[in-house]
This record gives sequence, C-alpha cells and structure tokens, in this order.
Amino acid sequence: MGKLLQINDLAVEFQTPGGLLQAVNGISYSVSGGEIVAIVGESGSGKSVSALAILGLVPTPPGRVVAGEILFNGIDLLQLDSEALRDIRGRDISMVFQEPMTSLNPVLTIGRQLTEGMKIHLGLNRLQARQRAIEVLTTVGISDPEDRLKQYPHQLSGGMRQRVMIAIALSCKPKLIIADEPTTALDVTIQAQVLSLMENLCKQMDVALVLITHNLGIVARYAERINVMYAGRIVESGTALEVYANPSHPYTVGLLNSVPSLDQERGRRLDPIPGNPPDMAALGEGCSFAPRCRFVQKRCRSEVPPLTLVSDEHRSACWEIDSLRGENAA
Amino acid sequence: MSATNAALNSVPAADSERLLSVENLQVHFPIREGIIFDKTVGQVKAVDGVSFDIRRGETLGLVGESGCGKTTIGRCLLKLETPTAGSIHYAGRDLSRLDAAEMFAYRRQVQAVFQDPFSSLNPRMSVGDIVTEPLVIHDKKATFVERAHKLKELLNICGLPVNLADRYPHEMSGGQRQRVGIARALALRPEFIVCDEAVSALDVSIQAQIIRLLEDLREEFGLTYLFIGHDLSVVRHLCHRVAVMYLGKLVEVGDCDAIFQDAKHPYTQALLMAVPVPDPEKERARSHEYIGGEIPSPRNPPPGCVFNPRCPISENQCKTHIPQSRDLPDGRKVSCHLC
Repeated sequence: MGKLLQINDLAVEFQTPGGLLQAVNGISYSVSGGEIVAIVGESGSGKSVSALAILGLVPTPPGRVVAGEILFNGIDLLQLDSEALRDIRGRDISMVFQEPMTSLNPVLTIGRQLTEGMKIHLGLNRLQARQRAIEVLTTVGISDPEDRLKQYPHQLSGGMRQRVMIAIALSCKPKLIIADEPTTALDVTIQAQVLSLMENLCKQMDVALVLITHNLGIVARYAERINVMYAGRIVESGTALEVYANPSHPYTVGLLNSVPSLDQERGRRLDPIPGNPPDMAALGEGCSFAPRCRFVQKRCRSEVPPLTLVSDEHRSACWEIDSLRGENAA
Repeated sequence: MSATNAALNSVPAADSERLLSVENLQVHFPIREGIIFDKTVGQVKAVDGVSFDIRRGETLGLVGESGCGKTTIGRCLLKLETPTAGSIHYAGRDLSRLDAAEMFAYRRQVQAVFQDPFSSLNPRMSVGDIVTEPLVIHDKKATFVERAHKLKELLNICGLPVNLADRYPHEMSGGQRQRVGIARALALRPEFIVCDEAVSALDVSIQAQIIRLLEDLREEFGLTYLFIGHDLSVVRHLCHRVAVMYLGKLVEVGDCDAIFQDAKHPYTQALLMAVPVPDPEKERARSHEYIGGEIPSPRNPPPGCVFNPRCPISENQCKTHIPQSRDLPDGRKVSCHLC
C-alpha cells in the first residue's frame, strides 16, 4: 500500500539575530492511511516546525524550507503554489493546535468558524453547512450543538474549545490530521477524554493522525509508530512497542529514565539526562546529543550518525549503539 | 524495597511533630458587578473547609485540576492571601495572630518556588541580585564579602555555574531559571518551602533534573515541602503523603502508597485512570473508562457532593448531602458517602 504521507530529507532554516538556525535538519518519515504516528521531542527539537512545514505554514521570513520533499498521495506539497496548497489544507490535511484560545478567532462565532471550511472546500450552502456543523459537534460530544453555534470561543471551557477545534479539523473529512500538543493545555481528566475521542474518531473515519507531543505516557497509549526528535533530527524511529521495549538511542533511554511513572516502584531515583538541550543556532559538528551522552566517542563529535536499521522497522542514529546495547543486556 | 524507598517512607513517623496544621480553611472571593456602583453579587468559594497537617520533614503533595483551589491554599500558607475563615498554625502559632516581628521571622522560615521561572524572576535583576535579595533584607549585618560567599555556595548547591551571577534571567534556559528560583528560596535556610507547580513548565529531561535537586535539598537541609502539582506521577515520586482536591474541597488525604495503590474516592480513581503510563504494553492492557463531564464553575458548585455530577457511582444522597471527611483504618481521610 502506498504511503499517505512521505517526508524525505526535509530541512527548515530560520534566520535569527543569532545567526542561521537549522530547526529541522533532514528528517524523513512516513504515515500510512489511518495510522497514528507520534513525533516526540522536547521544546526546540523541531517537532512543531516539521509539522507546520507539511501545511506550508512555516512563517516566511524568517523561516524557509530549504530542502526535501513532502509527498502527500504522491504529490509534492512543496512544489504546489499557494492556491493549490489551500485546496489541500483544511480539506485533505487539517490541523489541531495546542492552545484552543489562540487558534480560534475570538470575534467569530463557533458556527462561523466551523462552517467556513465546509463552504469553501465542500461547496455546501449555508443550510447544508449548518446541518453538517451540528452533526460534527455531536460527534465530538458537545451538548446542545445548535446553541453552541451561536456562541463565541470565550464562552466555552478549554476542553470544549479543543473539541470544537477537532470538529473543525474533521468537518471536511480529511485523510490526515496533524495534532500539535493537542491536550497539553488541558487538565488530566479532560485530556484523557479529548485524546480518546480523537483516537476513536480517527479509527472510525479512517483518518491518519500525526500526534506531536512531549508526553511519553500519551505516546505509549495512542501511537502505533514513534519518531523521536532531538535538535532537528530524528534520532530514533520504530513501532511504539519496539521503541519502549528496546530503546536504541541514548537520548530515548535518557527520556524514558527521566519520567516518573505510576507503575514503577516508588522511591526509584530518577536518572535525568545531564546538561541542557543544545543552542540550535550554534550546533557543533557531529551528533548533537554528544555533549550530553554517556557513550560519547571521538567519532560522535565529528560525524553525524545516520539513521540505520537496528531491527525490523526500528531505526536509530547512533555510532555507539553497540555499547548502549551491551549495557542494556548487562 | 530499595534503600531510598525505605528512606522515603521512614522520615515522617506518624507521631512526629506537626509543623503546620490547617483547620477548616475557607477562602471566598467576592464576585462584583457594576462599574460605578459595584456590588457583590456572589462568591467563589475557592477553598471551602479544608483541613490537613504537614509533619516536619515530610513532603505533602496537593493535587487537583485547574481551578480546584490548590494554589490559593499555597498562597494562604505564604500569607499572600487572607483566609475568610479557619486557621493555620505553624509550629504551634496561629498565623493570623503574628505581630510584625514574628511575621518577619515567619517569612524567613517559609519560602516559595513558583511554576513559571519566566515571570517569577525580575528581568532587570542579575542572578546574583535575585539570589542575595533575601539576604539583604533579612541579614542586614552581613558584609558584601559574606554575601558573595553565600551566593557562590547557593549557586553551587543548585548546580549553577558561579559565573552565572552576573547574567540576567533572559540569558538562561528554563531549567537554569528554575534553579535560580530554588537558590533564592534556599538563601535564608528556610524550614518549609511551598513548591507551586515547580516542575510543570519544564521539559522532561530538565524536569527530572529539578526533581532530583528538590530531593537532594530535602535530604541535605531537612526541608518540609508542600508540593502543589497536577502531574500525579511526579507527585507520587516526590511526596510522602498526598491530598487530592476537587472544587475547593479535599476529597482524599493519606499516605502516597495507600492512595496510589488503592484509591478510595471515585475522583482519585478517575484521576489515576486518566494518567497514561509510559509503557505501551502495560498502558494498552489497562482499562480506560474515563469520567465524562467538565469541572463545574466554582461560582455555582453543584449541591451535595461537589463531584456528584461526574461521579460514576453517585446516589441520591450525594445530590443533597455534603459528605463529611471520615477517617479510614489506615489513617487516611476520605470525603465520600459511598466509600
């Protein structure tokens, strides 16, 4: 089966006062239809920028996509003009952002924001769009949808606003949704509601989901495949089960050792990664994780390790994978 | 059980000294309407009848979702908010009856670390000035050299390079800023620190570093913490006891192990269920019955038990009668008619 989305060697640069910043540095990954793929990383790792690039939403200037291709159903989105891209954005690919208060327009009603896309992309008239809006609001679990259409974003709670965002994203029956930290701003019980709703809807409607998050628990719960990003590169990728069971990059190992978890013995000391994430405007040569890595060797400081296969469908970018494996086995 | 785990459990013996005791604390904020002739049209009961103790050397976790009043309790302990009713005793003294000198001494004993290291540090002060400001206020006799020496020591303890003293907050990363906030809190060698979401804004790898630092400091200086947070995994990791809040009320208070292994209150159970475990095999094997509904507005809390509209096991009496806090045999307190 062909891939729904195939990203090859994508690179995005930002011109900043501090110099040229490589936010995304040659990443490749793919998403099949109906699949949930997570992109995990800390702030500044380039996970959001790589997602914005898919929709042509990287702010230009200062940002610029400098290399790579983004194939959606075989069409390179980077080659499309803005009009052709607009046809795809919102219809075939839609996006859910982190902060529903800033991503919804505060001076337009929910109804107006929900029907806008449907009128443009699906060619519905006012009444049809309204009917469909009520339908999608019901599917995302919003009560009294007819009244909600007349309300403004500030009249809704955070969880409700995020449901409206999901309704907008689903309204034109997309094939792919990109969700950038969709529940980070929400309380835990609401987060669980919203995420399981998204999962169910995506499964029902056969929509693929790119889930961008820093929460390793959420990834473990929902993602089928994972891409771990660090300093603009994918350092490890594979199925969720495989990556959690056999983390094969020192950064992934460090991340997993950093999170306290409800299922582990209490009193276990956390084993944090030392040091700070690198300054993206002043990346040195070699592996960007080298300054924080326990296994660092000479080669790590001069050559960037390629993403290589460690087992079936599981890749890691590390020169010292054997020492890491050796320690895990010991 | 590992050695560290034993240490975690052994610090606060059941009869050890109470450092802080909060009784029937209430904080109500008036809702005003009108521009010229404003009048009070209602009340938000941010904290509504909360009682708990903190023992010396113990870390109490205060968890709950946004708007449940956990920060307000922290602010009351810091004397940044005046309770509407109820009392807070610190080391046996009523906080509302301290005279100016006692108040000055109290402020020295009790310090705070806040969530957002961007807004809790003055952007116009250098790190050195931020960390030594408490010393300037409380240790007037100390000389410049003594202060400089103390500053160096504090930066060292908090894992910051000494040359950072001349830098400003905007030049630092989030983790470094949080370390500066902790160094400032430690400057006067306090007994008690209120950590209000102290690690919530940090990235995973940095969060783990700060948790380690808080643990090390607790051991080294015998600190007592009130750790306010919403991340249950972090609270479980760091705390001896935990108090769960919902809409201004405590629903369950008890030892961390007891609560996390066998939560009694349906809200605590729901919270635990909602936190995903970072292990796909275990996580996918867990049951996932999330509670529905939203957190009601504290302006119009539901009658009876505040949790009843979302509660999976609620009965008729829950809609009319407010449950009282009951002691269970294992020493915890639960406010629920049905458990």
